[in-house]
Amino acid sequence: MSRAQPSRRERAMVEPAEFRSYYGRPIVKEPAWEQPDVPLYLFLGGTAGASASMATMARVSGLPKLARVGTLVAAGGSLASVAALIHDLGRPERFLYMLRVFKPTSPLSVGSWILAPFSGLATASAASMLTGRLRPIGTLAGGAAGLLGPAMCTYTAVLLADTATPAWHEGRGDLPVLFAGSAATSGAGAALLLVPATETAPARRLGLAGAAAELAAGHRLEHNLGVVSETYRGGRAGTLLKAGKALTALGAGLSLLSKRSRVAAAAAGAAYLAAGVCTRFGVYAAGVASARDPKYTVVPQRERMARTGSPGQ
Amino acid sequence: MSESGYADAQPRMGFFTDTSVCIGCKACEVACKEWNAVPAPDDPSGMDLLGLSYDNTGDLGANNWRHVAFIEQQVPASRVNKSDVDNLGMPTIGAPEQEDDTGVRWLMSSDVCKHCTHAACLDVCPTGALFRTEFDTVVVQPDICNGCGYCVPACPYGVIEKREDDGRAFKCTLCYDRIGDGLEPACAKACPTDSIQYGEVSELRQRAVERKQALHADGVTEARLYGDDPDDGVGGTGAFFLLLDEPEVYGLPPDPVVTTRDLPAMWRRAGAAALGVAAAVVASFAGARR
Repeated sequence: MSRAQPSRRERAMVEPAEFRSYYGRPIVKEPAWEQPDVPLYLFLGGTAGASASMATMARVSGLPKLARVGTLVAAGGSLASVAALIHDLGRPERFLYMLRVFKPTSPLSVGSWILAPFSGLATASAASMLTGRLRPIGTLAGGAAGLLGPAMCTYTAVLLADTATPAWHEGRGDLPVLFAGSAATSGAGAALLLVPATETAPARRLGLAGAAAELAAGHRLEHNLGVVSETYRGGRAGTLLKAGKALTALGAGLSLLSKRSRVAAAAAGAAYLAAGVCTRFGVYAAGVASARDPKYTVVPQRERMARTGSPGQ
Repeated sequence: MSESGYADAQPRMGFFTDTSVCIGCKACEVACKEWNAVPAPDDPSGMDLLGLSYDNTGDLGANNWRHVAFIEQQVPASRVNKSDVDNLGMPTIGAPEQEDDTGVRWLMSSDVCKHCTHAACLDVCPTGALFRTEFDTVVVQPDICNGCGYCVPACPYGVIEKREDDGRAFKCTLCYDRIGDGLEPACAKACPTDSIQYGEVSELRQRAVERKQALHADGVTEARLYGDDPDDGVGGTGAFFLLLDEPEVYGLPPDPVVTTRDLPAMWRRAGAAALGVAAAVVASFAGARR
């Protein structure tokens, strides 16, 4: 009466999807962006954003060492993020064309208008801090960067989701949460790595909150997107995202010991940062994998048509 | 005011590609390359034999603005050349066919940029290099494009692409430089069977419906229009098709949706997540004041 227990591998699979295609060739183009430029841009921008907000709060709360590291990471991270973005352009000398117009329909336009002022403000704040000149202006710039920081953490999720790349577009509900969590853990990681334990309590708490959000959103991406979730579980993306989850959990665990042990704090910080890199590269790889196989374009569209009974709904 | 934003200054122009009369000659591909000076593939040999069919172009991209798909299918012999509508009058040889014999049919289709009513490439372009013309077509301005590549994954049809050695994105312009002078686009001009028809979209849509009805009346019930519906996920396309099988068989998405349709929801989601980050940062400093 009962069927033979299927193997673990078979159970993990959804019903093999039936679909037709043109010689198995892709329908949508895979992202034209370079690796590592764009995944690094995602990671650095998020880390910088969370660090800037942390630095602002640290300044207000009288935690100078945390404020100092946050300010420097925000400036360095955002400048490197800008460099990665420009390097990825087909015509890098035309990078200023990004600010030619402001287009709310283009997340890259909106993102450029967030990234440009953010990196400028964060750099001004860091320069003022390092040189000791124009302190009030530096503090104001740091505060403004801190306000823009959360936007830096999440706009890149919209940048990816606003494409026809199946893994990203189908994951549009979860990617902002994943990127927010990942940015928070990465920002916290930088602080845990570089700030003495007397001032890292906020970073510890932020890291735990970020880790929870990141793990929850990652789980939803891996299981709730129907056939497209396969691209988050398998291949290069699956490996990277599994590593990211393990490192996030490791970082969270180690951060609990970081009050007493400087080594544990540094290890927690390094684990958080490595987790951030793995997560961003993993999400990018899932997008590429989902664009390469026409299955992930055809099957969800066919399912949607069957569900709604009409096209384009 | 049209859906795409232009007041009624100029009728919308487009293509109706009737694949039932395409003979796969690829004159459209050649004419397009000649007129628009589209280079050979990046592959230095200039030859890319795919080994899948008579189609060695493969897909649309920066260097292929027309692409003739070639599909070979096994069908019952009775289905072959059943229609008078697409019977080109070729002489036949051999014994009379039997009902259970297997036949072969070839589907050929010249694919092109769809010039969507709601064009994702145009929406996501951060520089304004992509714009909508007075003919309701979508064109890249090469002097503005900075090669950010965002349009490439945004297109639900996989049409636009970055040219590797150039860095900028390229695609069909619906021969913007020809139609402004009252000429038809090079591909339509070169098409020997009128499979590619250029004209006012409203008139082409009417013609397409009539053609589909004629084919249905003739027993070719699988004939269907693709991209003609203004209520589809991209608001209908300026270049649309009559197909003889499901779209995905030709490498076309069955139900494309412009990705920016979901953009307001995405911004709300990202805004909420950003507020979450802000709240988490503030909360994590609670009691931290020394």
